Amino acid sequence: MTRILTRTGLILLAVVIGAYILLPILIILPMSVSNNAFLTFPPEGFTWQWFEKLKLDPTWLDAATSSLWIALLSAALSVVLGTLAALALVRGRIPFRGPVLMVMLAPLIVPYVIVGLAVYIAFLRIGLTETTLGFVLVHTCLGVPYVMINVCAGLVAVDRRLEMASMNLGAGPVSTFFRITLPAILPNMLAGALFAFITSWDEVVVAIFMSGPTLTTLPVKMWAGIRVQIDPTLAAISSLALLVIVACFVIIGLGRLVQRLFARRSLSSDSTGA
Amino acid sequence: MSLTRSVTLEKSGRPGTRSGGPSRLRSKLRLDGWGLLAVPLLVFLLVIFVGPLCLLIAKSFTDPTVGFENYQKIFAEPLYLKILRNTFVTALVVTVVTLLLAYPYAYLMTIAKPFWRTILLLLVLVPFWTSVLVRTFALVLLLRDTGVLNTIAQDAGLISEPIAMLRTLRGVVFGMVQVALPFAVLPIYATMRGIDTRLTQAAQGLGDRPSGAFWRVFVPLSMPGVAAGMLLTFIQALGYYITPAMLGGPKNTMIGELIVQQVSTVLQFGFAAALAVILLVTTFVLLAIAGRFMNLERMLMGRS
Repeated sequence: MTRILTRTGLILLAVVIGAYILLPILIILPMSVSNNAFLTFPPEGFTWQWFEKLKLDPTWLDAATSSLWIALLSAALSVVLGTLAALALVRGRIPFRGPVLMVMLAPLIVPYVIVGLAVYIAFLRIGLTETTLGFVLVHTCLGVPYVMINVCAGLVAVDRRLEMASMNLGAGPVSTFFRITLPAILPNMLAGALFAFITSWDEVVVAIFMSGPTLTTLPVKMWAGIRVQIDPTLAAISSLALLVIVACFVIIGLGRLVQRLFARRSLSSDSTGA
Repeated sequence: MSLTRSVTLEKSGRPGTRSGGPSRLRSKLRLDGWGLLAVPLLVFLLVIFVGPLCLLIAKSFTDPTVGFENYQKIFAEPLYLKILRNTFVTALVVTVVTLLLAYPYAYLMTIAKPFWRTILLLLVLVPFWTSVLVRTFALVLLLRDTGVLNTIAQDAGLISEPIAMLRTLRGVVFGMVQVALPFAVLPIYATMRGIDTRLTQAAQGLGDRPSGAFWRVFVPLSMPGVAAGMLLTFIQALGYYITPAMLGGPKNTMIGELIVQQVSTVLQFGFAAALAVILLVTTFVLLAIAGRFMNLERMLMGRS
């Protein structure tokens, strides 16, 4: 009896926590198509006018374009650096492994306010603030740990007998890497890249330091807007920003599904651990 | 820290390290072909990430004059001390509330079927992967006097006057706990999963009631995870900027907001740097303590 009561209580709590977590996200979509200019609840009518208004203001499009470029470039750079580091960590022998790993994971720990201030002070001297390059460099630091973590997980699961078989059959190490190892960890690289993309696309604190009249990212422009006035166009842009993230997760999910299907088809007994 | 401990174990376990003297040192420093691949990222992070942090520390002691002036200023001015205290109090409240939600949630995850476990895990990671800005903006729409929650509660006759949530500690905590949940749930769940269920069964077999077995066996065994989760939550909560700045009022200013203000409005770089160094040092000290309870490397690596 108490057991059933406890379970019911726990499930109720999980439902409440779930609602608490999802409510803010679920509220944004209906608000952004509501006819009410003061964003009161419940939403009234249906309109695309706030999205139309976004189209009329080119500064939103400019900010979104900059954000997109920065996120794409930093995701690309993160994949290259992160995959190489993951290979070194899983396969290689690295002196001072502990401290090295700490440096590589530190961007996950150090508060973004500190990163923002530190990089701002450094970049101001060499004129990298308010530039795409500057943004890409910082956001790569923040995104690269996710690539590393994902690719490490993938590499650990790669069946090394396949690589040995390939080498035995006459393929060189480079050819083996590109034909055997790389395809096996590709889904992990993709997932890592998308996590790095999202990290950059969403990132606002460091971007507040780095932004200026010449270059502003979408989150910074939203932040400036929110501080001035709560406005339905902000709900519209929020839903769009959210949709980009949802799209990324759908791709990650599909990638893992494909990976699992392939793992089941190949005769390796252990799971991919994705 | 267990991070370094596990690493030294791994190193000494390798062949070739047994011979003493200079050859041992050489083999320790040896970098093989695979290892070389770590160099690009390491150099990149040292230049773009670690370098600026060192510059920041230097700046806190040299701008505008050389010495401890910036630090003395923080501890001499009651307003700044108040903000520091407020930062700690807010982070503490957030940690306690998060723990109260995270512990039963993690427990449910351990007893749930695999499908529901995955759902629960994905759910708690949602705040981690959706924009803080969008979420906080939505929370403003939810929590303000004319917002969703107050409107519903008033229409249902639960309250006659709207409950003020924005610009209060309540609002800040409501917003921050969401973001903090994964940092508490994941380590607690990881520890709980490792607890041998036969131990609680043994306690029951020896005559203890199920609730007694839970409180006397399961809960104490889950404490390392709780400690690590609380410390990680607390560390994260100290550095928040967006949520307290948007949901809180002037009374709820935290150190992150103060740092941004010092840079953007009064351009006091050295002073802002000193504040950042205090936050940085606190973060790493607490992290070192958390490392005593948990293999941080494994925890961070297993996050996504």
